[in-house]
Amino acid sequence: GFSYPDTDLDLDLLQSVTVQPPAPTISLLNSWLPPSPVMGIECLVLGAGQEIGKSCVVVTINGKRIMFDCGMHLGHSDDERYPDFSLIDGSLDCVVITHFHLDHIGALPYFTEVIGYNGPIYMTYPTKALAPLMLEDFLRISVGRGVEEKFTADDISACMKKVTPIDLKQNIQVGKDLQIRAYYAGHVLGAAMVYAKVGDASMVYTGDYNMTPDRHLGAAQIDPLELDLVITESTYATTVRDSKHASERKFLKAVHDCVVAGGKVLIPTFALGRAQELFILLEDYWERMNLKVPIYFSSGLTRQANIYYKTLMSWTNQKIKDTIALQNAFNFKHGTTCSLHFSVDNFCWCRNVNCVVSFDRSQINAPGSCVLFASPGMLSGGLSLEVFKQWAPSKVNLVMLPGHCVAGTIGHKLASGKLTKLYVDNNSQIEIRCKNVNLSFSAHTDSKGIMDLLKFLSPKHVMLVHGEKPRMSILKNKIESGMGIKCYDPPNGGVVKIPSVTVHVKAQTTDSFAKSCQSPNFSLSRCSTSGAVFSTDLTSPLIVSEDRISEAILFMDRSKARGVHKEELELIGSGEGKPQVVLYGHCFPIRSDNLTKATGRLGLSGNRSWLKVLALELSHLFPQTNVQNMGDFLQVGSFQLSVCLNQSCTRRSSDVPGVHATTCTYLCCSWCMEDEKLALAIISSVRNSL
Amino acid sequence: MKLTCLSSGTGYQYPPCHILEDVCGFRILLDCPLDLSALSVFSPVPPDNGFVSDGESSHISARDCYDKEQEIRKRQKFGTPLHGEDLIHDELWYKTVKNLHLWDPSSIDVVLISSVMGMLGLPFLTRAEGFSAKIYVTDAAARLARLMMEDLVSMNMEFQYFYGPRESGAPHWMRREELELLRPEVKEVVVGKDGSELGVWMPLYSLADVMDCMQKVQTLKYAEAACYNGTLVLKPFSSGSEIGSCNWTIDGPKRNITWLSCSIFASKHAMNFDYDALRGRDLVLYSDKQFLPLMDEVQSNDASSTIPSKDLSDLRCCSADKDDWKKLSESLLSTDEILEKEKLDFICSCILQSVQAGGSVVIPYNRLGILLQLLEMIPVLLESLAADVPIYVISSIAAELLAFTTVVPEWVCKPRQEKMFSGEPMFSHVDLMSKRKLHVFSAIHSPELLTTWQEPCIIFASHWSLRLGAVVHLLRRWGGDANSLLILEDGVDADIALLPFKPLEMKVLQCSFLPERRLPKIECLLKLLQPKILVLPDDLKEKLDFSNPSSDKFPVLYYTEGKTLCLPSSPEGSVDLEIASVLAERLVWQTLEKHDVMYTRLEGELVMEQGKFRLLPGIARADSHLSKTKEMKTDAG
Repeated sequence: GFSYPDTDLDLDLLQSVTVQPPAPTISLLNSWLPPSPVMGIECLVLGAGQEIGKSCVVVTINGKRIMFDCGMHLGHSDDERYPDFSLIDGSLDCVVITHFHLDHIGALPYFTEVIGYNGPIYMTYPTKALAPLMLEDFLRISVGRGVEEKFTADDISACMKKVTPIDLKQNIQVGKDLQIRAYYAGHVLGAAMVYAKVGDASMVYTGDYNMTPDRHLGAAQIDPLELDLVITESTYATTVRDSKHASERKFLKAVHDCVVAGGKVLIPTFALGRAQELFILLEDYWERMNLKVPIYFSSGLTRQANIYYKTLMSWTNQKIKDTIALQNAFNFKHGTTCSLHFSVDNFCWCRNVNCVVSFDRSQINAPGSCVLFASPGMLSGGLSLEVFKQWAPSKVNLVMLPGHCVAGTIGHKLASGKLTKLYVDNNSQIEIRCKNVNLSFSAHTDSKGIMDLLKFLSPKHVMLVHGEKPRMSILKNKIESGMGIKCYDPPNGGVVKIPSVTVHVKAQTTDSFAKSCQSPNFSLSRCSTSGAVFSTDLTSPLIVSEDRISEAILFMDRSKARGVHKEELELIGSGEGKPQVVLYGHCFPIRSDNLTKATGRLGLSGNRSWLKVLALELSHLFPQTNVQNMGDFLQVGSFQLSVCLNQSCTRRSSDVPGVHATTCTYLCCSWCMEDEKLALAIISSVRNSL
Repeated sequence: MKLTCLSSGTGYQYPPCHILEDVCGFRILLDCPLDLSALSVFSPVPPDNGFVSDGESSHISARDCYDKEQEIRKRQKFGTPLHGEDLIHDELWYKTVKNLHLWDPSSIDVVLISSVMGMLGLPFLTRAEGFSAKIYVTDAAARLARLMMEDLVSMNMEFQYFYGPRESGAPHWMRREELELLRPEVKEVVVGKDGSELGVWMPLYSLADVMDCMQKVQTLKYAEAACYNGTLVLKPFSSGSEIGSCNWTIDGPKRNITWLSCSIFASKHAMNFDYDALRGRDLVLYSDKQFLPLMDEVQSNDASSTIPSKDLSDLRCCSADKDDWKKLSESLLSTDEILEKEKLDFICSCILQSVQAGGSVVIPYNRLGILLQLLEMIPVLLESLAADVPIYVISSIAAELLAFTTVVPEWVCKPRQEKMFSGEPMFSHVDLMSKRKLHVFSAIHSPELLTTWQEPCIIFASHWSLRLGAVVHLLRRWGGDANSLLILEDGVDADIALLPFKPLEMKVLQCSFLPERRLPKIECLLKLLQPKILVLPDDLKEKLDFSNPSSDKFPVLYYTEGKTLCLPSSPEGSVDLEIASVLAERLVWQTLEKHDVMYTRLEGELVMEQGKFRLLPGIARADSHLSKTKEMKTDAG
């Protein structure tokens, strides 16, 4: 039979003898340990590499491939406008869009409907609601200019149907391995930073974000995460912006000066985002200064603002949320109190509606001063350009560019002071005499914000996109030297490979291992800066260490690793301290009355008769095995089962249903690793049948 | 791990309440409801006195006078049918969960809330001394629950005005001799079947208690993960029964648990039941009891709600090819839809009849979803009638409640989300209000109501117990009108509830607003979730059959109210451990002779992160931790 030389395993012995494992076990070990080199993260930059526009990065994390953003470049009209999708090697697992700006979503209909991507697409609720408006608006302007686009209005709606809307912080499981989660980014309504994780490798793609709250949106918010990589925008890689207050004052003064002098103010903005913020600011000022000059909105904006503020309020900042909550209710109660072109419902966030009017083309040359918000921003076409052509020749007028203008647009030329003449069409041109002010009202974070975010996340690697090359390299140096984080700024088409370092290997442990680990065995010590382990210096941080882990032993067979508490197993040696067989154990209760009843039926009594009953039961349940009754214990292969009378049995499991200590009998089992499957099957069937 | 069912509840209005003990060493309370149906033992504020003017003396005399009258009546009428005067004439007290007060509030570590109704009793708990548990609830449910609690507080004010300042100590009806005088029907509600429930009655919490409670609550978004103490990862997934209502998953290192609360497969307004996310857990606790009364109904001969037997057989057979998820979910959703539509159509036709006959309709709403759906269906009917019948919603929170439904696209069902994406309002009440077909008032005595008042009309008002709020006044107004109609939900004991308004000429329609979840469906669902262990209320023992040999077998345990049930750990008893590869590579291995087995002693530091055991190289970990805290400090500076 078996001998039990030392139940308490000499752990030091295990450590002292170093034997080279034989060949088959080396291969066993290799299949368990992570492959070297580890897979990690690979980034392919399809757009916004060392430039601003057509954001698109394809990231492969441990074999799963995600496309972050799918934008178009507004400064190009040739093939350069779209990311070069032919560079993608293999299929994508999903596409995630961070926000509704065209340079982040513009190429999506093309990608899904023309290129034929058919997998999942994720974006936040506001992005899904507002993106089609942006895309349709863009298409309208293109058609107006006679430019042939690569997708149609039908493509837009077909594409949007495939989109799955997501909420902030919602955990999305894509397939079995990929997990994504969106965080608030502040930049525009619904803008998100995206966290993605596959296995042990994780990363964040920020999209565009803003680290300071503005009048209608909050600041970006993210949890502290352990990250291998952060891909961040770097629009303002070197600028530290003025305080919000100063630029707001500058804006208000410029507008005020102009309207008092009888001029017209043109504010080219995109439909959503800046327009709302500046309007809230202006409206407030108008009320304070008791100004009566009308503020116009180009008509396309009103419908958008409608959905925007009514349904997606929870995505704005707290202050708006609170006031809207009341006013929405208020408006519902009293209906329309405004007799102008649209009802209060359309602009429920506007307290003083009398000064807001929608605008149509006939009013461009109406006399008197006014303020007009017109889309698109950057004067890239449409109504804003049309109005600009009419108003630009007059000195009293003002063009207000609230934010960054992409290179190649008229807005960009105007802001850089290079624009004096503009061709209206092929043969006539106008002179630009109006004033222009370019204010950094952009909702992008400045360099301080970027650094703050990186400091907070402290990832192992950083990649910069969405910025201008010279500034990016300055920021890159700052990150590498200042924070000691490896930083990359690849150009379009560039590939960055990052090894993933936080790799874990998996093992299973037994219940009592976990239990022993849950009752800690702490020891405290102070570590000193001088390097000595023990120090009396009270200012040095306290180090908590504990020894419970060294009570555990890890076993491995057939590439499966198992952690076991030392008291759980017995080693059966050949006599020279070298163990040969490992026995696992489990001790569990069953209701003795059931057992007694069963023995009673057979006309038997006593502990031994219980084993007889069990033997009968087992040979019935497992007919293909040989159940032997050895008198004190039952044996099936290496599996042994006996009645356990030891109250402090180390293998004992505590929580079993409907069984109370007084009415139960414990059965103690042990088995060799190779018989584990059988053992578990026997245990669960004994439990279930009795 | 142990499960104690504190109260098995009565369904949607009073969901069950459980305590899970030793979930990785923590104690979790599941829901904290209030039994509002017990309010029916009280009499509503008497009609003539309504809102009494100031002056203490009149209040006290009112109370005294009622006390005496009541006593005389009781003695006289013992043995005669129950009368309105047999109810308790005093300020309302509220019945909390019956066994909860036996537990030390400070011993609870986590509270999980599944629905608005499951939160109404929470302020009692949060104000208890020593209570420090973390409370998790979805953001939408928290918002709605705050409104409901505020509404309750404001409705309860009427009683306070009438009866004056609260007496110190127990109210008179709690005295032993008074209890003896109570009629048996009333007494059973007051002291419970076994006479143990007198101690659970409480005067209502104050507005300050509600605010305090809301501050202690941590709200989560849909499927957002909260990590308690690094050990338990908690996630809410939509249960379909209401905006913000959810089922929870509790993932610990040793075991994954799904707690299924009252769930509806296909909702007309709220986000659908997300059962896909609940699959593959070790343990499923199914605490939904709502279908139970309905089951009996189906078995009897209710013609309107019997399902074609074909559907049932469909459901039965679907369990066979369970890989076919799509087919299954479609069949789960479809039958619900038809039934709910039928039911609401029937309600609407009754409403129409009343209105045509010149009567008014009172609907004490309690389920937001039903309010929203009826608000959509009724105007369509009225259109066909060509009569100008206004719809009123009267409640202190009605305006905010309806406004709130327009701003939670994340929690409404897919078709309504699509409406939002195409720029339309998600619910039609926005339109109705702007067309002035729907009017919302905060109280029955608001001046706007008086100026727009028009009869016949259709009124949604609170409260469904018929003891509080505008409903009481409306019933008094139309109680004698045989053309008027009152629509009550199942689950309210109509006999007692209507007592104070007798004699009642008004028609009363009592029906279930809820789509039925029939047993085959539940059986099907539970089989699909494939738990290792299933825990069910004992009422289901006879009704559900899991011994079907064709399905994979899993042990089923049954819990009983007031009893503690031990939940077994899975027989494998295995817990996942992640070992940092740096550490794994430097382990020194030994081999066992004759076997292809190796072993080694473990080292490093064991940490618990996101519900997982991780073994990290100790020293390096300490360093990175230090540097991280340092950075955070400089950040703050």
